Amino acid sequence: MTTPEQPIVKERAPARASDSDTNTLPSTSKLNAKNINFFYGSFQALHDISMDIQSNKITSFIGPSGCGKSTFLRTMNRMNEALRNTRVEGDLLLDGENLLGMDVTYVRRRVGMVFQKSNPFPKSIFDNVAYGLRVNGITKKSIVEESVEKSLTRAALWTEVKDKLHKPASALSGGQQQRLCIARALAVEPEVLLLDEPCSALDPIATLKIEELLFQIKDMTTIVIVTHNMQQAARLADYTGFFLLGKLIEFDDTRKIFQNPNKKETEDYVTGRFG
Amino acid sequence: MTMEISLRRRVVNVLMLSLSGLCTVLAVSVLFFILGYLLVHGVRSLSFAFFTHLPKPSGETGGGMANAIVGSGKVLLLAVLIGVPLGFLAGVFLAEYSNKAFASLIRYTVDLLNGVPSIVIGIVGYALVVLPMKHFSALAGGVALGIMMIPIAVRTTEEFLRSVPNSLREGAMALGATKAKTIFTVVVPAAISGLISGMMLNLARVAGETAPLLFTALGNMFWSKGWLQPIATLPVMIYNYALAPQEDLHQQAWAAGFVLLTLVLVINITARLIIARGPSSSRR
Repeated sequence: MTTPEQPIVKERAPARASDSDTNTLPSTSKLNAKNINFFYGSFQALHDISMDIQSNKITSFIGPSGCGKSTFLRTMNRMNEALRNTRVEGDLLLDGENLLGMDVTYVRRRVGMVFQKSNPFPKSIFDNVAYGLRVNGITKKSIVEESVEKSLTRAALWTEVKDKLHKPASALSGGQQQRLCIARALAVEPEVLLLDEPCSALDPIATLKIEELLFQIKDMTTIVIVTHNMQQAARLADYTGFFLLGKLIEFDDTRKIFQNPNKKETEDYVTGRFG
Repeated sequence: MTMEISLRRRVVNVLMLSLSGLCTVLAVSVLFFILGYLLVHGVRSLSFAFFTHLPKPSGETGGGMANAIVGSGKVLLLAVLIGVPLGFLAGVFLAEYSNKAFASLIRYTVDLLNGVPSIVIGIVGYALVVLPMKHFSALAGGVALGIMMIPIAVRTTEEFLRSVPNSLREGAMALGATKAKTIFTVVVPAAISGLISGMMLNLARVAGETAPLLFTALGNMFWSKGWLQPIATLPVMIYNYALAPQEDLHQQAWAAGFVLLTLVLVINITARLIIARGPSSSRR
């Protein structure tokens, strides 16, 4: 299902020098997609997606349901490979190296993911956060304990759970479970964190908490978030991509996308005139 | 005219209701009839010696089936050791790895195996173990019962693993877990209470099997000298004693039947309690 290892494409062309501050992205690109096409069987879900994801920034993907934004997100840590009869074409560079040719478990350790529906394992809170460390061979108790505390603190959950670390994760509220899943993802210290509509099942207060924590962890990880909530994208993201029917219509500074988009489709969507 | 039809319909309706109700009562009462009959005859013949002593020849008082109780335990232990790992791992393959076409082929094959008469499984055990070793043995009995456990072990494993939501698999794989790690550290633990109770029901099902043991474990009036010797089991003891003409042996057979049924019921009820306690997620 994976494409054969591509020759590593030579260093990305330096960012186009430009005096327009909105249209040019800085050169600290973390992930670099080049002409990504994706197929479910014979159905093409992504058409020639190319974009740069910037280091230590929050990038959001918006667009109507079925537009391919989640599919593209799941391509970035190769989660789609678990599905049968799928195929991806193109190059996806992580720090300049094609991740489509890497060992898949190595990719997922570097590119973490949080899902739409919180999915805590039927284990204790502690064991949930420690899971990623343990499967990656880190079992020394002191290191695991330290990392669990650090991850839960970063996910703004530590004070709420520090006295019940060995209680089942299922006893937590929905918002807490989602923060637990973020803590679990952070424990392996991913370079990129992908979030697939992480707040769609949460109330505004729980959503706010997650948004705050994403701001907090921005300095240590690159964040890509798919959202249906346009206010959320406007609040959170440094850059926003608008997807429609499997194509990336426009990708730019969030302010530009929401205030002065180049394409009519983008404007129609962000102003709610779509369809 | 319309009145006539509705009257006829009402009569038929009442008739069908009472008929199906009667059949339900009959079906359920069979179990209680068996239970009651065994209770009356079994408890009367049951004594402390039944659990502690070896069988005595007909005519002598006392004597028990200690060797058959232990023997059944040993043969069932072997059956679990053979049938459960085999069926479990095949079920894992079926639920987690196999593609659709191949899975339905395996499933069909396993269902066919489930339909093979138990006496045929006994002959298989005879051919596989008894003939090459030139000896009836506990091992042969365990192999035969183990084979009988495989189909249900495969299907329960498959069913309970499939009921684990996919989001858990994705969550584990997104953390860099390999597929095997995901299965054995997340999927199986999530289904563990169902798996354990399924295997217990499976065990209860074969605990009373007699035919496969006739050709394999054979039987023994004394303590068995190890795993490779003929061994007494409760079902075979019941079979032999019930066929014997002596009344005192019949009494012993009743007692054995009562003990066996109690054992099966206890396993059954424990398994249901484990299921009722729900998925392991509700516990630590």
